[in-house]
Amino acid sequence: MPSLPVTTGLGFKPEHFRDIAAAPGAVGFYEVHAENFMGDGGAPHAMLAHLHAGHALSIHGVGLSIGGAGPLDADHLARLRRLIDRHRPESFSEHLAWSSHGAAWLNDLLPLPYTTGTLATVCAHVDAVQQALGLRMLLENPATYVTFAASTWAETDFLAEVVRRTGCGLLLDVNNVFVSATNHRFDPRAYLAAFPLEAVGEIHLAGHDTEELPSGPLLIDSHGRAVADPVWSLYAEVLSRIGPRPTLIEWDSDVPPFAVLRAEADRARALLETRGRADAA
Amino acid sequence: MPPDSAHAATQAGFHAALWRPDPPQGLTAPAPDEVSRRFAVYRNNVHHSLSRALAAHFPVVAALVGPAFLTAMARVFIAEAPPASPVLQDWGAAFPGFLDRFPPVAHLPWLGDVARLEWARGRAVHAADAPAASADLLGVPDPEVLRLRLHASVALYRSDHPAVSIWRAHQPGAARGPLPPGPEHALVGRQPDFTVVVAPVDVGTHAVLSALARGETLARAAEHADPTIALTLLLRHGLITAPLTGDTP
Repeated sequence: MPSLPVTTGLGFKPEHFRDIAAAPGAVGFYEVHAENFMGDGGAPHAMLAHLHAGHALSIHGVGLSIGGAGPLDADHLARLRRLIDRHRPESFSEHLAWSSHGAAWLNDLLPLPYTTGTLATVCAHVDAVQQALGLRMLLENPATYVTFAASTWAETDFLAEVVRRTGCGLLLDVNNVFVSATNHRFDPRAYLAAFPLEAVGEIHLAGHDTEELPSGPLLIDSHGRAVADPVWSLYAEVLSRIGPRPTLIEWDSDVPPFAVLRAEADRARALLETRGRADAA
Repeated sequence: MPPDSAHAATQAGFHAALWRPDPPQGLTAPAPDEVSRRFAVYRNNVHHSLSRALAAHFPVVAALVGPAFLTAMARVFIAEAPPASPVLQDWGAAFPGFLDRFPPVAHLPWLGDVARLEWARGRAVHAADAPAASADLLGVPDPEVLRLRLHASVALYRSDHPAVSIWRAHQPGAARGPLPPGPEHALVGRQPDFTVVVAPVDVGTHAVLSALARGETLARAAEHADPTIALTLLLRHGLITAPLTGDTP
């Protein structure tokens, strides 16, 4: 599979289709949630084909439940295969999370304990995905609000081991790092120092909301506002360490006009072009 | 590989707690007494995101009952008929029937039919593509053998209630007048420009269209009513994908 261009991308919102058509090359790639493009036909596929004619395409799944104990949903894997065969994206990514239980789909990315058992399960699932889809996938680090008493692995070690065993790449969501670090009161820089950055094939940046708990802030991974300043700082530091990587701005709720998204992408591009290339060698 | 039974149990507890007031066992946080507030983020995400998805599939139903009621009603529906797959556009087929028998909306007997119309529109949005046939292909063949292949998005809709008028009154810019008595009928289909049309039709035209959609010959369909309006509508909206003159549909 070809790879994403080392530049900026935006999450595609159908309401921005005309703006995007009027501004070709505003960013280098667009990313879509796979599950929104699993109908037989109609405008969604036509828009996707049009987007892909002028830009690289990243398909980002939210439905595989890679972190679930049960087997992968074979029907869903087949749907993904059809989508990937139809649109031939430059990248496919999914989450270290679970999102279905029994017959019910819960529509949220739910956390898992990091144990030797879940590690084996996640690796088996990543292997199965890569085999079924015929590609090297990227696995995204989660934003979490709770941790599990049963966990025996650090998240960074867990991810590194998944990479080592499966050969998958990682999607580093810097906002998720900041959200989890704040929520669990650890240092995001220590997390990034332990993160297997050499496996990062894409970076996500997004905005978060803030609630106040008696013990301090609880950040919510809302994707509903601009990227926060501390996240920009962490992003610049990552670029300084590993050089430029394809970088996506995610904004999924209270979606602003296209110009606002484009300005966020331009801010990321400025960092990609300065911090990324000048500092890394 | 044997299933990870410890993790399966963790998931079962986590899932059960999404529908209960207390968090599951086994969770930790820097301040342990805050686990409940933290777990509530997941509970809210699940309920609110599914409720928003339901409102997006059924926007007129949502407008008719209001956002607060829709959210509360969605919670009951989600517990009864949660999505069966991650493809949310496929979720909601059971919602019209749920509305038919949900006691708090018994005073809105047409609400389920409004939902059926919105469901048909949603199906049409995602139906398979097929180019429209040109009108002159229909000119020559014998109506005794002519059958039409209609676009996959086509649905024939009928309500005992004025559900089509209610739905139309809630479209942007629509004028609201007195409602006619039911029943009402409509043709639903996706045009070549991807817009979905809801065309009200009389009962006879509905019968003609239904016969054509079943694959009957034009001559058989015309036994129900003059087929001129039906054919005009299908052609105007680009909903005939092929004329067929063979013996089987």
